[in-house]
Parts: sequence; structure tokens; C-alpha cells
Amino acid sequence: MLVSRQKLIFLLPGLLVLVAIIIFPLLFTIRVSFSSWDVMYPGLDWIGGKNYSRLFSDSRFWESLQRLAGIAVGTVVIEYLLGFGLALLVWKEVRYKRFFRVLFLVPMMTTPVIMSVIWRTIFHESLGPLNNILGFLGLGQVPWLSTAGMAVVSVMMVEIWQWTPFMFLLLLAGLLSLPKEPFQAAAIDGAGPFRTFFMVTFPLMAPISIGTLIIRLIEASKIMETVYVLTSGGPGTATETSSYYIYIRGLRDFQIGYAASLSVTYLVLMILALTILAKFLVRAFISKDKA
Amino acid sequence: MKKLLLSTTISTLLFSLPVAALAQDYSKYGIDEDVPGKCSFAATDAKDYSGRTLNIITHAVPVMGEPTALHASQFEELTGAKVNVVHVPFGDLFQRIMIPFQAKQNAYDVLFYGSLWVGDFSPYLEPVPAEYQNTASMKAVTANYKDVATWGKTMVQFPVDGDRHYLKYRTDIFDNPEMQKKFKAETGRDLSVPQTWEEYGEIATVFNGWDWDGDGEKNYGSAEVVKRDDLMFSAFISRVSAYAKHPDVKGGFFFDLETMEPLINTPGFVRGLEMFVKAQKYMPPGGNNFGLGDEIFSFGGGQTLFSYSWDDAYIQAMQKDSRIRNKVAAAPLPGSNEVWNRKTGKWDKFATPNRAPYITWGWTSAVSKMSENKDMAFDYLCFFSNEANTLHDLQIGRFGVNPYRTTHFDPTFWTDKLGWNTKTASTYVKTLSGMDDSKNRVFDLRVPGVGQFMSSMAAGVSEALAGQKTPQEALDGVAEEWRQIVNRIGKERVKKAYATVVALEDNLR
Repeated sequence: MLVSRQKLIFLLPGLLVLVAIIIFPLLFTIRVSFSSWDVMYPGLDWIGGKNYSRLFSDSRFWESLQRLAGIAVGTVVIEYLLGFGLALLVWKEVRYKRFFRVLFLVPMMTTPVIMSVIWRTIFHESLGPLNNILGFLGLGQVPWLSTAGMAVVSVMMVEIWQWTPFMFLLLLAGLLSLPKEPFQAAAIDGAGPFRTFFMVTFPLMAPISIGTLIIRLIEASKIMETVYVLTSGGPGTATETSSYYIYIRGLRDFQIGYAASLSVTYLVLMILALTILAKFLVRAFISKDKA
Repeated sequence: MKKLLLSTTISTLLFSLPVAALAQDYSKYGIDEDVPGKCSFAATDAKDYSGRTLNIITHAVPVMGEPTALHASQFEELTGAKVNVVHVPFGDLFQRIMIPFQAKQNAYDVLFYGSLWVGDFSPYLEPVPAEYQNTASMKAVTANYKDVATWGKTMVQFPVDGDRHYLKYRTDIFDNPEMQKKFKAETGRDLSVPQTWEEYGEIATVFNGWDWDGDGEKNYGSAEVVKRDDLMFSAFISRVSAYAKHPDVKGGFFFDLETMEPLINTPGFVRGLEMFVKAQKYMPPGGNNFGLGDEIFSFGGGQTLFSYSWDDAYIQAMQKDSRIRNKVAAAPLPGSNEVWNRKTGKWDKFATPNRAPYITWGWTSAVSKMSENKDMAFDYLCFFSNEANTLHDLQIGRFGVNPYRTTHFDPTFWTDKLGWNTKTASTYVKTLSGMDDSKNRVFDLRVPGVGQFMSSMAAGVSEALAGQKTPQEALDGVAEEWRQIVNRIGKERVKKAYATVVALEDNLR
């Protein structure tokens, strides 16, 4: 009994911090989501589920969620493939290995807003350098930010550029931690590089891959700065993601109560989606491993 | 007699000597000369605010943020006060001011913000005291900007800037006989400054996509602010006002004041949007994603023939190192020969194009009702906008301070101080001052929740521009959303606020 009380006392500071920085803001957001707090009516009145019922008929929110799903899954898959490839490149003995390892991490160390501004300049269709280069190569002009499809591609390109290093870093750490014995056994058995990769490296990396994909999906689903700077959600609503839409409703329109209900719904949906996705990934990767 | 002479001489000396001895040179502050008045450098210098602190929130540097900081440091030096200036990006400015207001927190004494938010902020603003309204510099503020500063019948905002949308064009093309000939050959019309949006489109189309200024780069017809959530809503209002603001129909531009039914999806607005959608054909590549900064550098950098919005692109074009310096001129926004009459439900034809100048929102300032330093706060704003400072600030394009006093409409100021040529200067002041004389003005919505209305409108317009919806469908969607916003905020509350806007537009004040 005494031991358990002592344990609780030791845990208390951590618990208090947890309550202060995670639980309280979350509970407060939930409470705000049941209020009409906006530009005219500050404070926490009680309007029941009105914000939530409004949300169900808010097509812009649901469309932004679908868009987000496409952008997040698309970027993370490409980042995973590129990150894995780069990690494999510098995993084994190559010249200037340390230099490349640092070089590949540079985009991740930059400030997202600043880099988005720079990318916006690069993508600028009449004043930016990218179309100049393409024109010089005879490839023609690309409407990077002014057509719906290309605007989505541009947003994804910036995200992939910025966050592939994150994948690279975690996957390289995973590769470096793999045991040597399975590779030695494969070499003795005469397995070539492809067979070694698919039968040894990839299965051994499965747990790390799942963790990396999930972490990155969580991050990617919060995409905001890139959209804000590059396209403001346009053209039309082509690049409007959930985070950006919630930002517009909350901080531009000052519909704090409604934005809180959007945030809570978004959080619940993300928890559900990522839980299902994690289970799916585990089954896909691990079952393959077992087979 | 001798005694009288002596005493007169002595008294004259007694009165004049101290003045001569005390007359100070304030040119170290960058001004040409101090202009006597309630808020002059000398008058401010005579005040002592030692031991007191003034908190100011303003926009990021340079636009309005830089002059705020500059005059804050001067104010500190002159009065001994401590002045804290917080700079905030535009996208965050509203909420950074509103949250402390709602939380009843006395965070800032002085606020710089967009004048269209007056409907939201007015309950929290201290009316400008009569003593400041009666100064010579305030009396010289034009009627438009006194109107912008006023809520109901009370002046709650302190004018520091004058903003409007107007047309900018390249004189080197319009005055070029070769270009005139080419235009005539292609259209059968003489090349002249567009009087209607249809003419604007026709000229812009002819001068789109080829190198008409001979610099080796292609030029284009028009640079416009089209990027969603980047002030595009103002460009849209400029585009539609001539079609939708009927000079003889009173009682509301955005709403029918009687019923509070949105007018945003009526044929005048729809036609304006259709023209906006078509305009994408004569914009530079990527022009349909241009924000204000892009528009400034596109026209200001010599890429396009036309532009319309705030002063910035004009000022950019007139920078000393600009290759199109003194090759630009200003004109009123194009009009329309047809105007939608919502009373009769028909298009009315006008032989002289209908024009409806958009007195767009701009920078303004105010003092918080919760401030414990209201005297010092108003003194700061009065000092900020004194004649000497304003004449200084008008000359620095990046400051974002534009003419707002009758005294600013003297072309010689722009020719002598800034080296503008006569046409550039005279068209500029004529266009700007002419908007003050109009009886068919359009103001911003200026009601509580204006951010929601404008954000909804920008999203709808953007959907039409992107081809996701037809202009009618897009504006029908906006109208529906506006109805919901009105219901949420309260019909009577919005109506009461909107009545103050309609009073300005209908010249009832």
C-alpha cells in the first residue's frame, strides 16, 4: 500500500504536467465546441450540439478531409519510397557517406513557412525560375499553382521535398540497427541484391516502416503552412485541407465555437483512421513476413 | 511717448526672443519642417510622459508597421514615454486584437488595423475626442476618410491613411502612335483609357502575350489580385461595383437593407464575376494565383498594361530605379453602360458609363476603450498623422500611407518632392480626389462578422474562377451562406450595422 502511494507521489508531477498541457486544452476545446463563441458572442454559453449538426452539412469540411486523405497518403507513400531508397544508398559503404547523410537532412531543418515562400517564388509561373528552366529545355510552361491538378502536385512536391529526410533519417537508423547475421546467411545462400532486399531487408524493416509511416501520416495530416503560403487553398478549393479550413473558420472568420467542433471531429476521425490504417499496415507487412 | 516706445520694444523683444530661442529644428527626424499645430513636433516635445508606457499593436514591417515604429521612437524621444510596438502579420491581426477585447484584457492602448473591421471593433473603441477632431489636420481629412473613420455618427477611428481602388495603365503604350495604329487595325477603335470593363478587356486582350515594350520579355494585359484569401474579395468588389451599384437605387449594395436579403447573386454581381472569370485570359501566366504582392510587382515591374487595386503598384512603378518610372498614369475604375436595377428587375442602359468608386478599406487606427493612457494614445496618433510626418510618410512607398487630406491633392507635391512627371502626378491626384466627389460610392460591408462574409464571398468567387462552379452557382452558394451568417449573428444586429454603411453610400450623412 505504502509502495503504491509512493509510486503515485512520484508520478504526480508528470501527471499534472500531462493534465496541464494535454488534457486541459483538449477538454477546453471540447467545451468550446458546444458554445456559440464567435466575433459577436464571446464566452462559453451552451448551445448543445448545434455546431456539430451544422458540421454535418458543411460540404467544404468533408471535401477538405477527402482532399487531405489523398494528399497525405500520396506524399507519405512517395516520401517512404524515396526515403528508403536514399537510406539504402548511404547505408552501405559509399564515398562521402557522412556528407550525403547530412545533405539529405537539410530540407527537414529548414523552416516550413520560409521554404514555402521560396518554393512559391520558384513555382511563380511568369517570374519564377522553374518555368524559365523548363522553357530553356524546351519543355514548355507548367501552370504550377493556377490549375487545380498542378496546384495539388505542387503542394505535394514541397511536402515531399521537406519531409523525405524525416523518412530517410528513421529508416537509416533502422537499417543501421539490423542484425548482420541474416544478411550473411543470405550471401552464403547466394542471394542477389534484389532477393536480399525483398526477402531479408524489407521484412526486417517492417516494424520500423510501420512506425515511420504512421508518424509521418499523423504529421502530414496537419499540413497547413505549405497550403497557406503556396495557394491559400486555391484555385477554388482545390488545395483546401482540413487544417487550413479550420484555420479559416477559427482565426479568419473568428467562429471559435464552430472551429472547435471541427477540430474535435477532425481529431476523432484521425484517431479512427490512423488506428485502422495501423492495423492494416501491420497485417500487410507482418503477414508478408510470416509467409 | 519715449516710455511707450521703450516698453513696446521691450515687450516685443520679450515675446519674440524666447520664441526665436526655443524654435527648434526637427529636421533630424527626416521631416522638411515642423508644421505648427496641436500635434506638431514642437507641441509634442512640450509634453512629458516620463514613466508612462504606451502599448501599440500594428501590422508587420514595412506596410504601416514601419511608420508606426518610426513615429513611436520619435514620440518616445520627444515625450519621455516608453512605447512598445507589437508587429503582427495581417492574417493574425484581427484575432490578436479581438481576443484581448473579448477577454476584457487591456493589452493595447493603440491599434492599427483594416478599417473594414470597424463593425466588429466599434464597441471596444474610444471615440476620438472633439479636441482632436477640431485640429486643422483633421479638418483637412477628406469626406471619404472621415466617413470611413465614423461609426454611426461617432468618429471612433483616427484617420492615418487613405485607400481606394483605381485603374493604373502604361502611358508609354497609350501614347505610342505605333501601338495606337496596331490597336486600331485589330479592333477598329481608337486606343484610349478604358471607360468600361468591356473596353478594359478588349484592350488587355490585344496587348496580351507579346513583347510590346521591347525588353525581350512577353508582356500581358492585366495584373489583378485573384488569390483566394489574399484580399481578392476587394478586387471582386471593384470588378462588380459598376454593374451592381445603381446610382438611382438606394438602400443597399450587398444586401437589401429592408429585408436583409443578400444581393450578391443578383445579375449585376454575376456579370461582374463573369467578366472576372474571362479576365484570366489576359493575365500573366499564373496570374490567377496572384496575391497583392504579385500584382504590385507584376504591374510595378512593367509586366502588364493594366492593373487596379490600392496605390502600391503605382508607387512601385514610380520607384527611382523602376524601368517604367513616369510611364504610368491613373484613372477611375472602368464603368459599365448597363447597370442592374434590382427595383425593376431589369438592366438599365447608361450613355455615360456608370461608375461606382470603391472606397476600399485601408489602414486606420484607434484607441482602446480599456486603455488607461487614452490621453497619451490620442497624442501619439495625432503626432503620427501630423502634417510634417504625413508628408514624409507619403514619400515612402513601402510605408503604405496614401493621400487622405485635401492638402495631399496638390500635383506639385508629387512632381517637386518625388520627381513624378506632370501626367503621372496630375492623373493620380485627379483620380484620387475625384472619388471624393462621387455620389455613387461603394463602401466595404463593415458589419459584425465582416470576415465571415468576405471569406465566404472569396471562396465562392474563387470556385467560379477555378471553373468548379458557374458564376451564378458560385454566388448562389455565397448568398445562401450569407443568409446563414446573418441568422447566426442576428438579423437586427447586422441590419443596424449595415444601415450605417448604406447611409454613407446613399449620401445620407
